[in-house]
Parts: sequence; C-alpha cells; structure tokens
Amino acid sequence: MSCSSGTGNFVKLSRLLGEIHKMSMNGKLSGPNCRLSANFRLKKAKETMHGSNSFRKWKRNLLFLWLLGFVFTGIIWFFLSFNSVASERNEKSPDSCEEKARILLQNFNVSKNQFHALASFFYESDQNISQRSALGVQSKDCCQNLSFCMVKGCLLLLVGVLLSCKIPGVCLKCWKNRKNEPVPLQPVAQQLQLLLQQKQQQQAQSSPKGAGKWRKKLLIVFVLLGMLTSFWLFWHLNQKIILRREETLANMCDERARMLQDQFNVSMNHVHALAILVSTFHHGKHPSAINQKTFGEYTERTAFERPLTSGVAYALKVLHSEREQFEKQHGWTIKKMETEDQTLVQDCLTENLDPAPVKDEYAPVIFSQETVSHIVSIDMMSGKEDRENILRARATGKGVLTSPFKLLKFNHLGVVLTFAVYNKDLHPDATPEQRTEATVGYLGASYDVPSLVEKLLQQLASNQTIVVNVYDTTNASAPISMYGTDVTDTGLLHVSSLDFGDPLRKHEMHCRFKQKPPLPWMAINASVGVLVITLLVGHIFHAAICRIAKVENDYREMMELKARAEAADVAKSQFLATVSHEIRTPMNGVLGMLKMLMDADLDAIQRDYAETAHNSGKDLISLINEVLDQAKIESGRLELEDVPFDLRSLLDNVLSLSSDKSNDKGIELAVYVSNRVPEVVVGDPGRFRQIITNLVGNSIKFTQDKGHIFVSVHLVDEVKGTFDVGDKVLQQGLNLVQDTSSKTYNTLSGFPVVERWRSWENFKILNDKDTMEDPEKIKLLVTVEDTGVGIRLDAQSRIFTPFVQADSSTSRHYGGTGIGLSISKHLVELMHGKIGFVSEPGIGSTFSFTGAFGKGEVSSPDAKWKQCDPVVPEFQGLRALIIDNRSIRAEVTRYHLRRLGISLDIASSMESACTYLSSTCGTSEFAHLAMILIDKDVWDQETVLHLRTLLKEHGQNGRLDVSTNLPKIFLLGTSMSPVERSKLKTAGFVDNVLMKPLRLSVLIACFQEALGNGRKDQVHRKKTSTLGSLLREKRILVVDDNKVNRRVAEGALKKYGAIVSCVERGQDALDKLKPPHDFDACFMDIQMPEMDGFEATRQIRSAETEVNKKLASGEASIEMYGNVSHWHVPILAMTADVIQATNEECLKFGMDDYVSKPFEEEQLYSAVARFFESG
Amino acid sequence: MLGLGADRLRADMNRLLAFLFHQGILDEQFLQLQQLQDESSPNFVSEVVNIYFHESEKLLRNLRSLLMDREFSDYKKMRIHLNQLMGSSSSIGAKRVRNVCVAFRAASEQNNRAGCLRALEVLEHEYCFLKNKLHELFQIEQQRVLAAGVRYPMQN
Repeated sequence: MSCSSGTGNFVKLSRLLGEIHKMSMNGKLSGPNCRLSANFRLKKAKETMHGSNSFRKWKRNLLFLWLLGFVFTGIIWFFLSFNSVASERNEKSPDSCEEKARILLQNFNVSKNQFHALASFFYESDQNISQRSALGVQSKDCCQNLSFCMVKGCLLLLVGVLLSCKIPGVCLKCWKNRKNEPVPLQPVAQQLQLLLQQKQQQQAQSSPKGAGKWRKKLLIVFVLLGMLTSFWLFWHLNQKIILRREETLANMCDERARMLQDQFNVSMNHVHALAILVSTFHHGKHPSAINQKTFGEYTERTAFERPLTSGVAYALKVLHSEREQFEKQHGWTIKKMETEDQTLVQDCLTENLDPAPVKDEYAPVIFSQETVSHIVSIDMMSGKEDRENILRARATGKGVLTSPFKLLKFNHLGVVLTFAVYNKDLHPDATPEQRTEATVGYLGASYDVPSLVEKLLQQLASNQTIVVNVYDTTNASAPISMYGTDVTDTGLLHVSSLDFGDPLRKHEMHCRFKQKPPLPWMAINASVGVLVITLLVGHIFHAAICRIAKVENDYREMMELKARAEAADVAKSQFLATVSHEIRTPMNGVLGMLKMLMDADLDAIQRDYAETAHNSGKDLISLINEVLDQAKIESGRLELEDVPFDLRSLLDNVLSLSSDKSNDKGIELAVYVSNRVPEVVVGDPGRFRQIITNLVGNSIKFTQDKGHIFVSVHLVDEVKGTFDVGDKVLQQGLNLVQDTSSKTYNTLSGFPVVERWRSWENFKILNDKDTMEDPEKIKLLVTVEDTGVGIRLDAQSRIFTPFVQADSSTSRHYGGTGIGLSISKHLVELMHGKIGFVSEPGIGSTFSFTGAFGKGEVSSPDAKWKQCDPVVPEFQGLRALIIDNRSIRAEVTRYHLRRLGISLDIASSMESACTYLSSTCGTSEFAHLAMILIDKDVWDQETVLHLRTLLKEHGQNGRLDVSTNLPKIFLLGTSMSPVERSKLKTAGFVDNVLMKPLRLSVLIACFQEALGNGRKDQVHRKKTSTLGSLLREKRILVVDDNKVNRRVAEGALKKYGAIVSCVERGQDALDKLKPPHDFDACFMDIQMPEMDGFEATRQIRSAETEVNKKLASGEASIEMYGNVSHWHVPILAMTADVIQATNEECLKFGMDDYVSKPFEEEQLYSAVARFFESG
Repeated sequence: MLGLGADRLRADMNRLLAFLFHQGILDEQFLQLQQLQDESSPNFVSEVVNIYFHESEKLLRNLRSLLMDREFSDYKKMRIHLNQLMGSSSSIGAKRVRNVCVAFRAASEQNNRAGCLRALEVLEHEYCFLKNKLHELFQIEQQRVLAAGVRYPMQN
C-alpha cells in the first residue's frame, strides 16, 4: 500500500502548513498584555497590514482545506483497502470453483467403473467439506480485514484531528519564543494612540465576520459531503453484499445442477450397459442366457450402480404377427397399460388388466427388476408417453427421456429412460429405418426425480439455505415441475440448465434462498460510523469556529477597551499635566505677589499672615508637583538627575521642615546617619528628599502625641554583615534586646517599636551576597521608624497603590491624598532600590528603602555644605558629656556632635555624670570639656545645681577662668514652651535649651552663642557682588536694533558696574569691534534687520582671524593691535526663545554663548563667568 | 504728614501693580526692570518705558498703514515690525501686548488679512490700555517721589 508515502506527504504538507501557520499566528495573536511589544507589533502591522491580512485568511483556509483533504484521503484509503480485500476474495472464489469443477469433471470422465465413481463421489464430498471450511476461513479473513481497515480509518482520523489540534499549539509556542525577543522601543503615548486607532480601523476593514461566515459555509459543505459519503458508502456496500449473494446462489445452483446431471449421466450409462448386456446375453445366445429370474437378480444386485432409478425392465419388440406365438411361449397375454388409474397402481394386479388391443406391434415387458415386477407382460406401447419414447429411442439409438409423469405404482413424479436394444451392431450413422429394423427390444428405467434430487441435496452443504426446483421445460410455455414445492418469491432466483443427455428434453434447475436477505448490517454500521464521525468532526469544528469567532470578538472588544483605556490614561496624564501647569501659573503669580507683599513694610501680624499664605501657596504648589510627578511616573517620563549632595544636611533640612509639626505633637524626631556613609553622595537630592519627606510626613501624621520618629541611614553592606555590627544604632535595630521586665524599651523614646529588620528582610539586594558590586556605587538603606497607629494587616497589601489609603476613613482623620507612598515607591524603583515596611497596629510602622547612589567627592562644590564649612573648625577637638538614660538617643546626639568634631562621652544618669566628672578632674579631658548636654528625661534641678558647684570646684582646682571656660550646660528638650525655656535660662540652671530635632545649623548657632565666640553669619548673597565684581569696569558692547531692549540691557549691565556702549545695527558693531578695540565682550541680538546677529558675528570672527594671522606671521606688530597677541572678543547671543537649535546655531556662527532675553541674573552670571573669571 | 502721604501713594502704586499683574498685563520682567533702577539711574524705568512707547507707536503706525494699503502684500515687513514690537514688549514685561503680537504674527504667517486687522485692533486697544495704566503708575510714583523726597520704590 502507498500508505507510508502518503503519510510522508502529509508530514511534509503539515510542516509547510505549520510554518505558514506560525507566521499567521504571529500576526494574529500577539499579546495585548505587553505594551512595548504591542507598539512594535503595531508598527509592523502598519507596514504590512493589508498583505498580511489576506495572507492570514488564506492560510487559515488552507489549514481547513488540508484537514478536509486529510479526512477524505483517509476515508478513501480506508475504502480502497476494504475494496481490495473484497476483490481479493472475489478473485479467490472463482478460482477455487474452477479448480473444483475441473477436478470433478476429470473424476467423472474417468469414472467408467463403479469404484471410481464411488471414490470420486466420496472425494467430491470431501472436497465439498474442505471447500466449506475454506470458505469459512476466507470469510473470517475478510471480516478481520474489514475490521482492521475500520480501525485504521479511525486511527487516521484521530491522528488528523490530533495533528490539527497540535499544530496551532506548536505554532503558538514558536510564536511565543519569537515574541520574547526584546523589543527596545519606547512607547510614546500619542504615537501609540495613533497607532491603536489605525489598527482599529484596519481591523474594522478586515471584517473577521466575513471570514467566520466563510468558515461556516465550508463546515456545512464538509458535513454535507460527509453525509453524502456515508450514503454512498451504504449503497456501495449494499451492492457488494447483494452481488456476493447472487454469486453464492449461482455457485450453489450450478454446483447442484452439475452434480445432478453427472449422476443422471452415470445412471444412464449404466442403463445403456444393461441394454448391451441384454442384447448380448438374451438375443445373442440361443437359448437365451437370461430369464426373468437372472435378470431380476442381476438388476437387484447392481441396483447400487443406478441409485437414481427405481427400477429397470426389458420389453421385447413383438409384431402383431408374432403375438400369438409369443403369448403361447410365455403363457400370458400381452396386457394394456391402464393409464386412467395410474394413481392406484399398486392395487391393480396384472391379472386384472385387459389384454392389449390389437396393434401393429407390441412391447410387452418380459424381464423386470423385482421392484417393478408388476409391469411384466404389460405392453409398453399401449402407454402414450412410453410409446413415443420407444419410438424415439429405437430411431435414435440413444437414451430417451419421457416427460415427467406419475410413475406406475409409485405415487411419484418420474421420468422413464428408454434404450433400444438392437440385434446387431449398428453403424453410428445408421438411418432411423435401419435402426427400427434392427430393434429387438427396449430397456427402460424409471427415474424417481424427487427422491433423486432429495438424495443429492442431502449430500451437499448448505442445503438448508436454498430451495431447489427442477422443471422440465421442453414446452417452454408450460414448464412441468419435477421437484420441489412452490415457494414464495424471496427475490433472488438463479436458473441453471440441466442436460440429461436427451437433446429433445430440456430441464432447468431453479434455486432460491430460503430466507429473505438479512439487513446489510455491515454497510449500515460503516455508513453510520462515517456519518457519526463526520458529524462529530463537524461538531468539533463548529465549536472551534464558534470559539474562534468568540475569541476574535473578545479580542476586538479588548483591543477597543485597551485603546480606550490607554487613551483615557493619556488624556488623564495630559489633563493632569495641563491642569497642574495652568494652576501653577497663577499660583506663581500669587506667590510672587505675596513675596512682594512680604517685602513691603508690614507689621508683625501682617507679615505672619502673608508668610502663612505664602507657605500655604508653596504647599499647594508642592501638592500640584506631586500630582504632576505621579502623572510623569505613570507615563515613564520622570528621570533622575545625578548631582552631588550632602546627605546629612539634606536630612537636617527635612527634619527642620517637619519639626514644627512633631514638636506640636510632642513627638521626638531624630536622624542618624552611620559614619560609614560618605559625606557627599551623587544622586537626585530632590527626589531623595521627596521620599524622606513623604515617609516622615506620614509618620508624623499617624503618630499620636507619644513616641518618636527615627530616621536612620546605613550602608547596605553594614546590614549584610550582621555578625560584626559596629554601629550601635544598627545593633539596636537588628536585635531588639530588651527584657520585658523593665518596662521601657531601648528605643529612642522608650516606646516599643516593630522589629525594624523585618522591613528589609525581603530585599533582594540584601540577600544576594554574590552580586557584583560596582565600586563607584554605594547602596544606602534608609529606615523611618515611628510609634504610630500602624497599618491594619488587611490594608498592608495595598498601601503602595496610588490614591488608596489604608482605610477610607484615613483621609477623613488624617487628610492626604494617598499618593505619596505610591510616588515614593516609584522613585525608589527609579533609584534601583526597593521599599518595604513592617507594621503592627498599635505599635508602629517602619518603612525601609534602599537606593543606589554614586560616591561623591568631598570637595564637590555644594553651596549648603560650604556654608557650614567655616564654622566647623572652631569646635574641632572639643569634648562634651551627654547625660541621657537612653543609649540610642545618646548615639544620635553623638552623631550630631561628631559632625562638628566634638567627641562625646555618655553618662546614663546625673549621678554617673558626677562621678565621671570627679574622676576626670584635673586631666586634659576635663580641660577640653566644653559642654554638658542633659536630656529632659533625666532633668533634675537639684542635681544640676550640684553639678554646677562640682564644676566650679573643679574649675578652680584646675585654675581655669571660671567665668568663661567652665563647661556650659545645655538642656535637650522635645517640646517646651518658650516661656519654660526662658525661665530655665534666666534661672541660671542652663546656658541654653536645645530643641529637638537636633540640627547642625541649630547646634552651631547655639554653641557659638553659648561659647561666646559667635560670629555673624555673612555667607549669603555673595552672588550679586560676584556678578558685580565680574563685570565691574568691563567694557561691553550691546548690539540690538530694538531701542527698548537696548536700553534694558544697558541698564542691567550697568547695574553690575559694566561700561556699556550700544549700537543699533550689525554694521556699526562691525566697525566698533574691528581690532584693535577695547571691548571686553559683546552682547548681540540675533534678529536684526539688514544684518542679523549671526552674519555680524561671522564677519567679526573673520576679521579677527585675519588680524590673528597677520600677527602670527609677523606681518603686523603687536603694538599696532593694542598689545594683544590673539584677538577673540566673547560674543554672547541674546535671544528671546532659547531652544537647543538656536544654541547650536549660535555656536556654529562663532558665538561663545547665549543669554535669554530679558536678562536673568543667574544665567547672565554663569555665561559671563566663563569669560571673566579667569581674567 | 508727608510720610503718611507717601505711604498711601506707595500702597496705591502696589495695588495698581498688583492689578496689572493679576490681569496679566505685566509680568516679572517689569519687576526686574524696576530692580535695575537705582541711584545711578533714578528714572530708568520711566525712561525705558517712554522709549518703548515711542517706538511702539511708530511701529503701530507702520502696521496700520501697511494693513490699510489696498494692494497690501508685504507680510514679511509686517512680521519684522511685529518681532520688534514683541521683543520690546517682552523686555518691559508687557505680557498682554506681547501675547496679542504672537497672535498677530500667527495671522500674518497665514496671510490672513482679516485676522491681521482684527489683531491690530486688539493690539491697539491693549497698547492704549497699557499706556494709560503705566502713565497712571508713573504719575503716582512721581507724586510719591515728591512726597517722600528721594526715595525709590524697591529696596535693593
């Protein structure tokens, strides 16, 4: 079979289709999940949309066609194999039949003798049996083949279905792989929207509904085809079955007919032999060797040779002339045959019969077999049938048959075979007259046809299934039934002709099946099976098509929704940006005016109002900025800058901003930075500050009148190596060791806090010990710990979602928009960090985040850092004593003082401080002890007085100047009213009261005041003077065609002390700036009539290069050009619209820089500084 | 008594300035201009503004004559005039005039004569308004200067 090659082809085809399909899938199902890829895909789709659309459809159809083809090929293959089996069988059966016939014929031809005949008979029957079994085997084989084919067909179908299911799956996988390739495209919202719209339009154009209809039509066609196939199959199989039935019938009928004929022939031959015997021994001998007795005996003993004859008799030809003599000789008269009462032959005795009437000749029976002895002496010529028979027999010399009639004595139909006996050997060509002449007698044998056939049929197989009728059809219009009953018509009829050796007589055998043909179950099963399979497949495909249509529909809907959602998102962002911008503009006006108002002469209250308004306005602006930030973050447009900043002063700032609120609430606010954190880091200070402000702000908001807020900054590396933590604050954070028996906790305020380390335990950066560290980067871990209300457990999962607060009632209680944490999270992520928290309701929360920063140079120019710089050295080397019962708090104080260069000793109580003082008395340590800081918690007036006297004593002992150099005493307090503070101060208990949170600037100011060497802070507003110094006495040329602008520029520059000249036109500028000249710089307007700024600059530069060339070559002496060896006057463009293109253009035309019009101090300074700073 | 009057006048001036800012007629540039005025150039602002008025009137005249011309087609020249006016307006911080100039220029770029005419009307109106207000301002200032002797509005 060509099955293997066929499947090979299928495999190829499927691979091809698979590839095509892959491509089609690429276009079709790309994930709507990923915006990037969507964007990419959209771009691609835009390029090849129309092509790919039709291509896609075509491919889908092809797949369908392939499937259909597969199914049909399978079916056809199945039937072909089935047919071939059937035909094989068909071929086989005629073969075997032929063989059989041959053998039979041979056998019968050979069987002149009886044994042979018998043997052959047995052989035949054996053969029959073997045939039968062979047939059975064959049919079994056939059945097996059939079922095998069915199984194969089903398998094929199954494989087809499976393949068709698999292919899309495989394709999907491939496609996914392809999809995973990185697509480095930044989505631009508007572009995206545009593309989406395009895509939608194209989708609408492609009208997937049409495709679906087409598919449905195809499915209907497929189902119809399947039904047709099943009907055809039924018809085909049925035909086959009918044909086979006919063939079987014909075979059986022919077989029977042939056997009957052969047996008849055998009997006839024997009768012939008997005739010859009679002729030889009766007529050939004198006296006759045969009498009735011997004849009877002989015939009786050879009756087995003639199984079909009921009896034989010999009748002598007696002419009328010889009648009397004959009668005398035999002693009986020739009797007439009684035809009338043949039915009662048995009863009629020979004696009762009448003597035969006178005729020309008679044929009285002289010898007869015992079975028919009653016909002796009856004249055979008197019976009509017999007479004709005799006449015909003697004329032809062959055996002649009568038509069937009721035999004498037997109540059966029968035929009589008659042979003529001649007295001499006749030539075969002898004429009938000669034959009549030579006739001496007649030998007759009666055949009992029904019993004959009966016997025969019993010997054959499957005689139960068919009904056999034998007819004499000599008279074609009125056939005489010789055997069989009239049976109802069962449809099939096979007629075989019989040749009994008498050419005048015609006999036929009619065969019928006894039963009507059974229902063709196999055909029904097969066709129903095919129908069911078709319907099932159809159903599967229908479901698939429906599903596809549904999915496509859903997909389109989703795309639409996605587009709408994205459009809404973009619109939202745009709206936010626009609105924020629009609000900011008038707010700037408000703030500007408030600033102006504050500059005006206001009394204290008015100023306070104005300041409050100003601050509120600033808050509003910051809120707007937050919203804008969120919008920016959502659209991915927020970028961090990289500038060096001082982390500690930034934290101080944040704390000073929050200190008002925390002091109002009585919350202790503290900051601690590990000393391993570098002073200056590189990052985005604004954003860092924003995060800290957010977290601290939240903490303040949710902490009620007790406890503390503690901000600490460590290196991530410090936390990683948990075994050798040198930092005491971190130690406290890592293992919160406290014995529950002592009711206070070792925390900043003594209130319990959550376990801080749990807030960062999930950070990958910490757990990942093997990460390659960038030596230029440091990772900071910032924690903000509070003792607030905490976050409910069920709300903890969603606090980073924008505009969602832990509780909807939160905003009512505490206010806020809930946007802060979300922004913080995004910002932290932008800093390549993580944010986490741990919170327990009622105890507090701790937020931690990490961030990557660059290591900054300590000498980086940072204004705020430098501001404090000159103050620090004066405290360098001093010592201080802190009396504080909480080690953490003492550590925080130590941290702050360390920044000033003051080393700190810690005493946990007043008593231990006193002992410390007495122990150190007289040493250099005491000499350096400049201040004693006492925390409010351990404050005790008596002890302080004691301390003071102690100090005085020690001072006198050490011969120190008591009034100035005694250690000053400061009180550290969280919330104290000004009245309280001044009371303590005036009472002389303390030199000053320090308010927490501690800040560097506050500390410095306070210490300076207390230590008496305070200087006035003069470090602000240097810039104005700087600009003035830069420009003072500089000669500057201003070129502008606009009189007003000219005047303004002149005024602005004059203000900084420059000597300004003005010209109106570019040409004039050229004249002025022709070397030698004494201008230090030139401000040039770009847009001027006649000659614009660019052109003028170009010409000035060319003139300068010419002069420079001359100077370089020595053509002109330096003196000629004002002792300047190289001429290059700085030209700064003045332009109203500062955009990058203009900037580049300026530089292209030989300008040195540009300043925007109208002048801004900062910008002017930075631009001018480049040229004059060095000079 | 004199001092009180000066204060009142100063308050008036501030109110007027606030109004001008609020209406968007002036912007920060005017404040900067005021800051440029000091002892060395006591009348700097009024000087500049007067130059501005002089120039602008010339330009406005030119614009009107250009637009009134029957075979008018010289949009380029008009744009040059407009740029000038725009530059000087932004220099003194005349925000509204400048914005109208931008619209005017946009109209001229489209060769939209009707739009230009409309814009010119608005421009002239704005200009007159600005001129009146600034005159008022300077008047108050002069009175204040007279009242307060030698004192100048903004502290440096």
